[in-house]
Amino acid sequence: MTDQRVRRRGRRLARRLVEIGLTLVGVAVLVFVTLRVIPGDQITASLGTEAGDLTSAQLDALRAYYGIDEPLVNQFTGWLGSVLTGNLGVSQGSGQSVLDMTLSALPITLELAVIATAIGLVIGIPLALLSASRPNSLRDAAAQTVGLAGLAIPSFLLGSLLIAYVSKWFRYNPNSLGFARLQEDPSLNLQQMLFPALVLGFGLAAPIMRTARSSLLEVQSQDFVRTAHGKGVAPGRIRTRHVLRAALIPIVTMTGIQFGYLLGGAIVVEQIFSVPGLGRQVLLGLQQKEYAVVQSTVLVIALLFVLVNLVTDQLYRVVDPRVRAA
Amino acid sequence: MEDEFTMQHPRTRRRTWSAFLGLALAGSLLATVAGPTVAQSPVASMAAPSGTSPAASMAAPSGTIVVGITSDVDQMFPWKATQFQAVAVLGNIYGTLTELDQDLNVVPGIAESWEASEDGTTLTFHIRDGVTFQDGTPLTSADVKASLDAIMDEATAAVARSTLGSVTAVDAPDPSTVVLTLSGADAGILAGLSTVNMAILPAGATEAALSAQPNGTGPFAFASRTPNESISLVANPDYWGGAPKLAGVEFRIIPDETSIVAGIQAGNVNLAVLNDPLVAQNAESDGIAITRTPQLAYHVLQLNAAKAPLDDLNVRLAITCAIDRQQVLDTAALGEGEITGPITSPAYRSDPNARPCPTRDLDKAKSYLAAAGHADGLTVKTIVSQGEYATSVNEAQNIQAQLADAGITLDVETMDIDTYVKRWLDADFETAVALNGGRPDPDGMYGRYFTSTGNLNKVAGFSSPELDALFAQGKATIDPTARKAIYDQISTYLEDNAVWEWLFTSDNYTATTPNVSGFVPMANNSLQYLRQTELQ
Repeated sequence: MTDQRVRRRGRRLARRLVEIGLTLVGVAVLVFVTLRVIPGDQITASLGTEAGDLTSAQLDALRAYYGIDEPLVNQFTGWLGSVLTGNLGVSQGSGQSVLDMTLSALPITLELAVIATAIGLVIGIPLALLSASRPNSLRDAAAQTVGLAGLAIPSFLLGSLLIAYVSKWFRYNPNSLGFARLQEDPSLNLQQMLFPALVLGFGLAAPIMRTARSSLLEVQSQDFVRTAHGKGVAPGRIRTRHVLRAALIPIVTMTGIQFGYLLGGAIVVEQIFSVPGLGRQVLLGLQQKEYAVVQSTVLVIALLFVLVNLVTDQLYRVVDPRVRAA
Repeated sequence: MEDEFTMQHPRTRRRTWSAFLGLALAGSLLATVAGPTVAQSPVASMAAPSGTSPAASMAAPSGTIVVGITSDVDQMFPWKATQFQAVAVLGNIYGTLTELDQDLNVVPGIAESWEASEDGTTLTFHIRDGVTFQDGTPLTSADVKASLDAIMDEATAAVARSTLGSVTAVDAPDPSTVVLTLSGADAGILAGLSTVNMAILPAGATEAALSAQPNGTGPFAFASRTPNESISLVANPDYWGGAPKLAGVEFRIIPDETSIVAGIQAGNVNLAVLNDPLVAQNAESDGIAITRTPQLAYHVLQLNAAKAPLDDLNVRLAITCAIDRQQVLDTAALGEGEITGPITSPAYRSDPNARPCPTRDLDKAKSYLAAAGHADGLTVKTIVSQGEYATSVNEAQNIQAQLADAGITLDVETMDIDTYVKRWLDADFETAVALNGGRPDPDGMYGRYFTSTGNLNKVAGFSSPELDALFAQGKATIDPTARKAIYDQISTYLEDNAVWEWLFTSDNYTATTPNVSGFVPMANNSLQYLRQTELQ
C-alpha cells in the first residue's frame, strides 16, 4: 500500500469517527429531550392514578428520590458525564446498574440477530436466485409471493400463532421455561432462540430477497454476462459465480441495515417469546420511566448501529474489488 | 474473459464464497442442532400425553411453583409498591398487623388480637408471640412503632400514608403491645392496615437495604432475582402461620398473556392471573382450568361535575338514563363481569340496579336534556387510555354510540397511559373512562374521592356537605350493620346525583395446571394463599 493510500484511509477513518461522535451526541440530546417532553414521570409511571393520593411533601420526597428534582441541564450533564466515565446509571426498579443489565441483554440480542440474519439469508438468497433465474415466470411469482408474505405478515401474528399452536399441539414451549443463556445451557438456549429467530428471519428474508432479485436482474443484463453466455459457460455457474457475486453490494447493504435494526432489539418478538434482550430493556425503561435505563440503552444501541454500518462499509471492500481499488 | 475475471481476483472469489457458504452452513447447522435437540431434550420428553401433569415432574421438581407474570416488579420496597406484580411478590415476603381472609374480612395477622376503647380513639394491638423476620431477628412492638411512624412521615413517601390520617400517636408500652391514638373513631383503619403498603419492617432497616435484600415476616423469603426474567422466593420454615407446603415460588416474567397461557399448556408455568377476557376464554376452550374472581376494581365513566355542562344535574342524569350498562359489559368485555353500583366490596356492596334509571330510558334521558336546556343535543368530551387495560377503548366506543341515541355527542379522545394519568390527576377532563382500584373498606375506597378534603376530591369533581357528613358518620361507626346502612345511603346519594356513571366490575382469571391445589384467588388480586398451595 502506498503512503498516499494509507494517508487517505487514515483521513477517511478519522472523518468517520468524528461523524460517529456527532451522531451519538445527537442521539443523546434527542432521547433526553424526548423522554422529558412526553407526559408523566417515574412517579406517575410507578403509581399511576394512585399518585393523586400523595401530599405535595410526599411528591417532593419522591422527586428527590428519583433524582428528577434537579434542573434539566444538571440532569443531562450529570448523566452524560457519568456515561463518559463508563457509569450508565442505575435502574431503581431492579436495583441493578444499567451497565450490568446491558451486559446481560446484549449477548442475547446479538445471538438472536446473528441467527435471524442467517435464517434471512438462507431463505432470501436462494429465493432471489430462483426468482431472477426466469423473471416473470411462475417460479418468480411463487418466490415473490413468499417474499411478500414475509413483508406482509406482522411478526406479532406469526409469533403468537407459532407459540399458541406449537404449545397446544405438541405441548412444547421452551420459551416459557426460565431463559437459558448460551453458555449455561446451549441446547435449551438454541431451542428458545429457534422460534423468535425464525419469525425474525422470515421477516428479514423478504427485503433481502427483493433487494437481491432486483440487483441480480440488473447485473444479468450486463455485457459481461452475455459474453459469458456466449463463451458457453453453464447457466448455473454464471448465476452463482458471476451474477450473484457482482450483485452482492446492495445485498450486503440491506443485510447490514437490517442487522443493525435487530441489534436495537426486536421488541415485539422479544415480548412474545420472553427473550430478555435489549428491546425489552428499553421498553421496560420506557414503561417505568426509568430515564437512565432508556437513555443509556438507546445510546448503546446507537453506538452498535453506527459500528455495524462501519463494518458493512468495510465489507464492501471484501466483496467488491472495485471498491478496494478506489 | 471468464478466466481473466477469476484469475484477476482469486482471493475475492474465495472469500466471498466462503463467507456465503459459511453463513449457509451456519444456518443449516443451527437447523440440525436445534432439530434433534427438540426431539431428545428433557423439555420435549416432558411433552407428556394430555391428562397427566407434565408440570409436576419438570417445572417443579422440588415443589417450587412457577407463577407467570407479565411484567417485572417495578418496586421492591413494600411501602411504595402499587403495581400488581410488585404487590403479589412483596405480599408473600412481608407481614402486616391485620390481614384479610378470602371474603375480605379483617382477620389477625402479626397482631393476634386488638381492642378499641369505648370512644374508639385508642386502638390496642397485641403482637403475636414468635414472629421473626427472615433474617432471624424477632419482631417486637418497636418494629411496629418504627414502621407506622415512618409511614406517617411525609419524607418517606409511603403511598398508604393517608390510611393513617386519623392516627395522632403510636406507642409501644411493652414489647408485645402497640397502642394507636386516633383523633376519632376510624372503622376503616383495620382493613387499611392489611395491605402490603403497611408492611411491618425491621426497625432501623433502610429502604436501600430492603430493596436489595427484602426481610419480612411473611411465608416466603426472597432468594434471588434476575431483572426482566424472574424472581425466586423460598419457603420460610419459621413463618408464624406454619411453613408453607411449597418449597418455593418462582415468579417468571412472560410479557404476553397468550404466551403465559401457552406456557401453562406446556406445563412450564403452574399459575397465572390473567386480565384479558379474550385470552381467558380462549385458554378455557383449550381445556385450561380457569377460576373467575370478581374484582374490587370498577369500570366507570367519571363525570367532572366541576366543569360545565356536567355541573348541571340534569345533564348528568340524562347520561345515566342513556346508558345500558349490560350492553357496555357485553360489547366491551364479552359479558365477562357484573353490573355494579359504587361500592364493590362484598360486605358493603351497593345494589347494582338502584339508580334513577335502572334500565335504559331514552325518553327520560331526552327530557332531562331538555330540562337542562339542551333539547337540541350537546357535546361532551371524554378521555380514554389505550393499552392500560384491554377493554377501555371498546367501552368508550359503546358509550359513544349509546349516548348518540339520546342526542349527546361524546367526543372521544384516546391517549397513551402517561398522558391519561397526567390529565386525570390534573382533573383536566369533562368525563373519563376509567378503571379505578377498589378497596375492602368503603371509607378507604371513596373517602379520598368524595369528601371535600379528600386527596382525590379534585379528580372526583364533586363534593357536598351531605356527603361529608355521611362519610364522617361512616368512619366513626364501628357496628357493621349500622355502618352498612350509612354506606347504602352514600351509594344512593352518589347514584341519585349521577356523580359518576358506575358501569361494571370485571373478573380476573386464575389459570392453573391440574397439579396445583389449595390456591384461593382473591377479589383484591392478592396471591397470599400461595402459602397454603400445594403441587402434586
